[in-house]
Amino acid sequence: MSFRIGVVTFPGSLDDRDAARAVEMAGATVVPLFHASDDLKEVQAVVLPGGFSYGDYLRCGAIARFAPIMNSIVTAAEHGFPVLGICNGFQVLCESHLLPGALTRNSNLHFLCRDQKLKIENTNTFWTNGFTKDQEITIPLKNGEGSFQCDDETLNMLESEGRVIARYLDFDPNGSRNLIAGISNERGNVVGLMPHPEHAIETLTGPSTDGLTIFTSVLHQLVGR
Amino acid sequence: MKLDTVAIASQNPDTEQPFAQLGLKDDEYVRIKEILGRRPTSSELAMYSVMWSEHCSYKSSKVHLKQFGEKAPKSDALLVGIGENAGVVDIGQNYAVTFKIESHNHPSFVEPYQGAATGVGGIVRDILTMGARPIAVMDPLRFGLADAPDTRRVLPGIVAGIGGYGNCLGLPNIGGEIVFDETYAGNPLVNALCVGVMKHEDIKLAKAHGAGNLVVLFGAKTGGDGIGGVSVLASETFNAAKPTKRPSVQVGDPFAEKVLIECCLEIFAADLVVGIQDLGGAGLSCATSELASAGSGGMNIQLEKVPLRDPSLSPEEILMSESQERMCAIVEPANIKYFLGICKKWDVSATVIGEVTSGERLNITFNGELIVDVPPRTVAHDGPVYNRPIAKPAYVAELAAKELKVPMPESAVEIKAAILKLIASPNIADKSWVTSQYDKYVQGNTVLAQPEDAGLIRIDEKTNLGVAVSTDANARWSYLDPYEGAKLALAESCRNIATTGAKPLAVTNCLNFGSPEDPGVMWQFAETVRGLADACLELGLPVTGGNVSFYNQTGSVAILPTPVIGVLGVIQDVRKRTPMGLPKSGLDLYLIGKVDSNLSGSEWAYLHGEIGNTAPKSDLAMEARLVNLLLDGQSIFQAAHDVSNGGLAATLVETVLKNKIGAEVSLTNTAVELLSETPGRVLVAINESDTNGIVALAGKYQIPIYKIGTSGGNDLVINDIKISIEELSKAHTETFPKLFG
Repeated sequence: MSFRIGVVTFPGSLDDRDAARAVEMAGATVVPLFHASDDLKEVQAVVLPGGFSYGDYLRCGAIARFAPIMNSIVTAAEHGFPVLGICNGFQVLCESHLLPGALTRNSNLHFLCRDQKLKIENTNTFWTNGFTKDQEITIPLKNGEGSFQCDDETLNMLESEGRVIARYLDFDPNGSRNLIAGISNERGNVVGLMPHPEHAIETLTGPSTDGLTIFTSVLHQLVGR
Repeated sequence: MKLDTVAIASQNPDTEQPFAQLGLKDDEYVRIKEILGRRPTSSELAMYSVMWSEHCSYKSSKVHLKQFGEKAPKSDALLVGIGENAGVVDIGQNYAVTFKIESHNHPSFVEPYQGAATGVGGIVRDILTMGARPIAVMDPLRFGLADAPDTRRVLPGIVAGIGGYGNCLGLPNIGGEIVFDETYAGNPLVNALCVGVMKHEDIKLAKAHGAGNLVVLFGAKTGGDGIGGVSVLASETFNAAKPTKRPSVQVGDPFAEKVLIECCLEIFAADLVVGIQDLGGAGLSCATSELASAGSGGMNIQLEKVPLRDPSLSPEEILMSESQERMCAIVEPANIKYFLGICKKWDVSATVIGEVTSGERLNITFNGELIVDVPPRTVAHDGPVYNRPIAKPAYVAELAAKELKVPMPESAVEIKAAILKLIASPNIADKSWVTSQYDKYVQGNTVLAQPEDAGLIRIDEKTNLGVAVSTDANARWSYLDPYEGAKLALAESCRNIATTGAKPLAVTNCLNFGSPEDPGVMWQFAETVRGLADACLELGLPVTGGNVSFYNQTGSVAILPTPVIGVLGVIQDVRKRTPMGLPKSGLDLYLIGKVDSNLSGSEWAYLHGEIGNTAPKSDLAMEARLVNLLLDGQSIFQAAHDVSNGGLAATLVETVLKNKIGAEVSLTNTAVELLSETPGRVLVAINESDTNGIVALAGKYQIPIYKIGTSGGNDLVINDIKISIEELSKAHTETFPKLFG
């Protein structure tokens, strides 16, 4: 029996079908979850996909955090339930205070879509255990508000606790502090990542297959439990 | 203001009406009175004025456009032809694909961000209306000179608008063009193409059948934006002395459109609509009259039921409003609860505003008072038709007789400088500054995107069936000879499709021209349509629909005639596509097709301020053979790239820069071979072991091939000229960031 992984659709979610494709390719069963219900349908992990939830007219993710499904996800995450937020999903996780900091507008104020090189720095989280330490990967980055910002104290905490899971390499795409592309919570079950691993799962449609490891990592984690 | 009802209109036949301000001519107003047997009410006048505008009625172009039907080649692929929101073609495996291109030129000049954004929104709704899930967009854009102040105003806004809207809809942007020419100053062209896919049985049409069926308006609320957009903005020449027209530009809400798309697709999947129409240009006037006109009966609408964003709107304004993100569906009463339930799930507002009747009239009431009583066909389909005067402009002969004075580089140093200058010129330079603002990855099916020759999208993840789309125009050739220009644009678009390994299947077009009231412009238009129709017939491709944009001129200066031709192709296995970039070293490079020394209309001539002489003549029989050669040889081509704007010089540089793998090439008549833009040529790369294969293909399709070099190294070497990839890349990529920040 394969693991059940939920992919949440908020109004305005865009990469939900892509996240579902990646989950399936990793070998899990996809369970679509709708924002308006608080039922997690017995999934063992959840992906918050990219997009513009509720249009993101206020602050990115600021409204999505109040969706009924988020109540269940926040409660579960606090008890170790694996949650991955990609792009808008990362923004939702910050707004929900499952992760510290905030994502602000790219420093050059333009939406940016490019193949981005990253260095994976923490391979102990639920979603990165399949990588080798300092592995360099290339996956698409595409957002208008991807600049990770936080105060010095938070930055020191993230760095000293090794919670920066991925850093931009060779090119600073958006002015994130310390070139941070992704972070995790203390326990490593909640991960937010600005670039899109779900768009790098087959060479036909993406720059690499590096992204698939994010989704297989959580399955390893679930097996080990 | 007092409500102008049908009763009042009958009683007061001589009331003065502002028909001229609404864009109607004297004789058109007279005709409306003849049709109705009385003066129109102010609401009827509003409807006729928007529906009889050039933009909606095609009154100047209709007599020419009918050639697309008359000369149509027999095609088994065409499922829905011209006249619906978008044409639909059969691509096999029970999939149907719909695609169309439209202009949003004038609004984008007035308010670049919103104009361009709502251009994307409009074409996406056209595709959605056919029952399809939109799967990709493309945007051919044209601007005044790159360093002109107004270009710096409109270009960043237009690009941000396209990105802001398209990215938020989750549609990959897979291609398009960006061209600069001084004639587009004050008249930027913003054309938007959308592709959608559905199963054959899911095709929907804009027809209101079945008396008693309900008319449902759903989506965004109606506001005061875009009132008279089609008549005031799109159907008139700009004049600096006139007051600002910003209130005529619609304001887009991509989030509302995104949920509308998901809502519609769920409604379609449950088979809950009899007919459906989107609200775009001319808003509710268009949707109600077109649905009723194409249906079997009449329609009653209770206008006060329309949900308003601004409660102070008058009935006339409600009818003319071009508020975005709205749809109108015909639903059987038995299905209405289910229909409204799906709308509620997506938080989409939906309101029953009327019903289909067994009568023949479109009747609209406002709080019980009859304000519109018209035969819907007279509004939607039987608008005025003009056979406008046509005269071949004097410039055509003058330019044809002109000899080009274009300096040709000779020494190695000069040729190197020429290449670097050419690839840094705004028309040839790298467009990443623009395209990186578009999401090309969303939906996870993008196999090829800009700067490839065509965008290529996977349709079926199991069978790997896919479609390719390309848009092309060479307006300078069209200016010199619009008949040949149109043929060449179609040929180039087909070539781009075949270069990626897809088979051309159908054609859409966006014909951008100056004022139809200028006989010279009308001649350009007539010749363009004749050329395109002839070319489609010769290449066996049906035209599935399109769009005409007139009045792209400021004062007496019209834009270059710009027929943007979109071609859709099908590829059975997207994994076998041919990319443009060199994949590895050691490949043999062949040029397919013969070059000549004609530089007329070329980028090199343009860079020296020279336009004139005779544009290349198309050879469609050869182009068809070339397409077949490319498809036949797909398995041996490791890379392929069309030779077009910028000649072989641009093609070589782009091929090398894509994967940063160099090439060594030897040419004989070097400058001409590098800079000439002779159509019908493609650069390909093959393994040496496939030499016999390519020679056999050349013989089979009777097209000359020339082995010009091999791939490899860190430089582009042409004879004794050596340019490093680094130097090429710098020249190619610096232009846009320098210009636009």
